Amino acid sequence: MVKVYEREKLGLSGIEGPIVFVKGVKGIGYGEMVEVIGFDTKFRRGTVLEVSDDLAAIQVFEGTTGLSLNQTRVRFIGTPLQIPVSMDMLGRVFNYLGEPLDGGPEVISRDIRDVNGLPLAPTAREYPRDFIETGISAIDGMNTLIRGQKLPIFSGAGLPHNELAVQIARQARVPDDDEEFAIVFAAMGVKHDIAEFFQRSLTESGAISKSVLFINLADDPPIERLVTPKSALTVAEFLAFEKGMHVLVILIDMTNYAEALREIASSKGELPSRKGYPGYLYSDFASIYERAGRIIGRPGSITQIPILTMPNDDMTHPVPDMTGYITEGQIVLSRELNHKGIYPAIDLLSSLSRLMKDAIGWGYTRSDHPNLASQLYAAYSHVQYVRSLASVIGQDGLSEIDRKYLRFGDAFEDRFVRQGMYENRSLEETLNLAWRILSILPPSELHRLSLEEIKEYYGDSK
Amino acid sequence: MSFMDINGIIENINGPIVRGKDMHNVSMMELIYVGEERLMGEVIRLKDDKAVIQVYEDTVGIKPGAPLYATGYSTSVRLGPGLIGEIFDGVQRPLIRLAETQGAFLKRGGQLAPLDEGKEWEVHIRVRPGDEVSGGQIIAVTQETLVIEHRIMVPPELSGTIVHVEPSGTFKVNDVIAVLKTRRGEEIPLTMTHDWPVRVPRPHKIRLTPSTPLVTGQRVIDTFFPIPKGGTAAIPGGFGTGKTRTQHQLAKWSDADIIVYVGCGERGNEMTEVLVDFPKLEDPKSGHSLMERTLLIANTSNMPVAAREVCIYTGITIAEYYRDMGYDVAVMADSTSRWAEALREISGRLEELPAEEGFPPYLATRLAQFYERAGRVKTNNDSVGSLTIVGAVSPPGGDFSEPVTQHTKRFVRAFWALDKELANARHYPAINWMESYSEYIRDLEEWFEENVNSEWNKMRDAIFKILSEEERYREIAQLVGEEALPDEQRLILQTAELIKIGFLQQNALDPIDTYCSIYKQFRMMEIIFDFYKNAQRIIAKGAPIVKIISIDSLNEVRRMKNTLSNDEIDKLDALQDGLLKDLSQLEEEYREELDHGQGL
Ligand SMILES: Nc1ncnc2c1ncn2[C@@H]1O[C@H](COP(=O)(O)OP(=O)(O)OP(=O)(O)O)[C@@H](O)[C@H]1O
Ligand SMILES: [Mg+2]
Repeated sequence: MVKVYEREKLGLSGIEGPIVFVKGVKGIGYGEMVEVIGFDTKFRRGTVLEVSDDLAAIQVFEGTTGLSLNQTRVRFIGTPLQIPVSMDMLGRVFNYLGEPLDGGPEVISRDIRDVNGLPLAPTAREYPRDFIETGISAIDGMNTLIRGQKLPIFSGAGLPHNELAVQIARQARVPDDDEEFAIVFAAMGVKHDIAEFFQRSLTESGAISKSVLFINLADDPPIERLVTPKSALTVAEFLAFEKGMHVLVILIDMTNYAEALREIASSKGELPSRKGYPGYLYSDFASIYERAGRIIGRPGSITQIPILTMPNDDMTHPVPDMTGYITEGQIVLSRELNHKGIYPAIDLLSSLSRLMKDAIGWGYTRSDHPNLASQLYAAYSHVQYVRSLASVIGQDGLSEIDRKYLRFGDAFEDRFVRQGMYENRSLEETLNLAWRILSILPPSELHRLSLEEIKEYYGDSK
Repeated sequence: MSFMDINGIIENINGPIVRGKDMHNVSMMELIYVGEERLMGEVIRLKDDKAVIQVYEDTVGIKPGAPLYATGYSTSVRLGPGLIGEIFDGVQRPLIRLAETQGAFLKRGGQLAPLDEGKEWEVHIRVRPGDEVSGGQIIAVTQETLVIEHRIMVPPELSGTIVHVEPSGTFKVNDVIAVLKTRRGEEIPLTMTHDWPVRVPRPHKIRLTPSTPLVTGQRVIDTFFPIPKGGTAAIPGGFGTGKTRTQHQLAKWSDADIIVYVGCGERGNEMTEVLVDFPKLEDPKSGHSLMERTLLIANTSNMPVAAREVCIYTGITIAEYYRDMGYDVAVMADSTSRWAEALREISGRLEELPAEEGFPPYLATRLAQFYERAGRVKTNNDSVGSLTIVGAVSPPGGDFSEPVTQHTKRFVRAFWALDKELANARHYPAINWMESYSEYIRDLEEWFEENVNSEWNKMRDAIFKILSEEERYREIAQLVGEEALPDEQRLILQTAELIKIGFLQQNALDPIDTYCSIYKQFRMMEIIFDFYKNAQRIIAKGAPIVKIISIDSLNEVRRMKNTLSNDEIDKLDALQDGLLKDLSQLEEEYREELDHGQGL
């Protein structure tokens, strides 16, 4: 079928950074998609950023390098940015807009979707309650992941977030459930070897045939980065809510995404907010993260694990900060634990899973799970106090009980938090291990556990 | 309005901001329908025949040249029976019915009447022909939910003589139940509903001083930082520190008659949680489901930003409406920062000159106007109603020096500062007792003394004093170790620890601890203070602190919050007796030693 473009124009009235201006075309819709073809015949895409009577400002993906004012042709497509979705996308690798990068055929589908999606009504949401066993003690025991949750990993350069994400993807399962799962992976501005690491890991674990990969590399135009997660989530929504699959979406690296957003905002001349990021960083992030969840009456789910690297390991930096304000908790990696050689280096005190409370305990996991986790947090946070005390007055100045706390803290990090990259602990093992380590402390310290729980599990654990 | 004229055409579109031209006879804040899709928007600027409109829905695909329809009225809410139990979006679209007709994903341009117009209500007419009535006066009542009687009022701006009434019976919201004749002779049919512009505070007779606490069942709030019915409070805190959880707790357990919960730019799942949980929970006051007194406004973070700006007003206006019926209404606004950011975004698109951190210069004024709508008032029907506002604040980086927190602080009188360190240690609620304050404490003293215990204020101050002394000794202990301190000071540290674990920490997820009656709060303080006083004396007699803190009954004291329910006061008495017995036994031992020593 030959497309007819009623609204096509040769010649631009201006170019500013990634933005071109077109004059004299009527009936342009705000946000519609545009094709831009330069003298070099290279095909670029863009969207309408602002439109007046006969003047449109267009943001060009793939950049404006090589475009000239009078030799550029602009076509208005009439719809917002869209991608095809289909089950055939499983096992494939795509660019930001769903075009194959793996040498395979183009996706042919009658289902074409707006990448921006639509807001899910809160009344249509099913409150997430299914515990996902990742086999990682620090997560299952203390920061439980729930189906339909958005739980990011806050990391830093050189910390093992990639390994952790891959381990989660490899081991995650919902006990007593054999429903279909899929992995949607979106790389934004990552280096080639990272993209390859994920691809290889998914291949090794055999999950690749159930995976869809969207790759935007560090040397791809930043503006494409902004579309990559949206395309990935559009496919995820299709797989989850139309095909009933349980989809795990891994987004890496949201910091690169935010930097692209900042770069484009400043080239548009927008007023910057904190650290130069636009004031709408929160809303923009929300339009991505809120696309996780479950829907009443539909079998599938979207669980998101966005990964971000904190510049300078600073959690108050706008990228982790705005993320934390939207997601349902966070897994924070610690440089200190990593230096101690402890993998997965999860900093428990600043990590949190907000959906954990409704999906663990009696009828869900094990009845002592909530109080046990709470007690471990309380005790471990006291360990930090004792450690800092010990660094001032020396261990000998500590009280008997505080010395026990020190022993508990070390054992906890060394035996509970630490585990192998291929070590898959059942929840039962995790909880029993926790009790064994907690029993270093006398029962009178365990205020957050009930006397019955102490009676049943304290000391030697079954 | 049955049909609409075209009142202009679109000239420019930039996100949620649409500029129109050829716009005559429109006014500021007028509601405009934008484009063929009829998206809802509001005039926020006017110059000559040009208007700037902020659009509450996604503007993708809207084209210059498309029509603009003026409505002749401002963005308003529809008020009448059927609001309670509902969940609306920022522009009062009923989300349950919307999702039923549209599906799970919200499309734009969908219009649905806010109130169920087909529903029949059993109405009791309260006026007779010939009655002189004015705005706010009650003309009829109907049982809206099991616990709320809906009092239908004359719309605020009307007054005159009732010339006709329908007999009591069954009516739908838009049925005429009475006719009023104004002084100018105009006959106006009165139905069970009327509209009110969201940005205009509803009128009342006079403001009264708030003097009754909003009892929340949350110990740290009721005891140390209380707010009255009609007061204002802010909960600032970084992400994950407990703003939403605290507001959910207040929405569940506080003794307001009606709760309006506004989710402004926050998570969808949190609204779902309320929708799932509240119907199952029992209101301690009425014994009925909490949903019988709750209504929700949800403009979640993935919904359009301009509607985020208006949703706060939608919530507060509905709350004022119930206040006018004589109810105690509490509004939870989570989060006011998202609302401020929406202001900033719109202002940025209008290229206004920003003040601090990109926020428009009128941020402070808008915040003041919002919190000023709280208060305890004598209504136009001479009843007394109150509107309490509790606003969450989400400072970037958890840094309270940013503009929204700072300005909010100027306009609220209770400040519940959430603390990242406490939250990390899972000390919940993570309300920092040193940074928080309530300026209402003195106003409420009398109530607590009369209604709980005449010793309430003394006890509160005594417990708080231990907490503030702890600060000082803790610093020293951190340098020299706790064991190097004299026993009296160690007792302070130990008692403070007991207060934190046994009193301040309150687990929202524990079936007993989630709500603590005000009386139990007092008894708990008393028991802890008993321990302190007695221990102080015993230490003076030479008993070492380690002995004192290892008495058995202390473990029960630490756990009394979740082992003994609100109505097991007799068990609290027994616990107190046990504690005193243990302590006096210890004292005996040392009296003997002392006597013995003196004998030598
Ligand atoms: N009183 C409490 N009892 C038990 N848990 C609590 C309490 N307060 C907070 N929490 C815990 O803290 C978590 C975070 O709380 P909450 O969601 O209210 O944070 P928030 O301040 O609203 O964060 P955000 O700004 O990101 O929305 C909750 O999921 C819950 O686990
Ligand atoms: Mg919150």
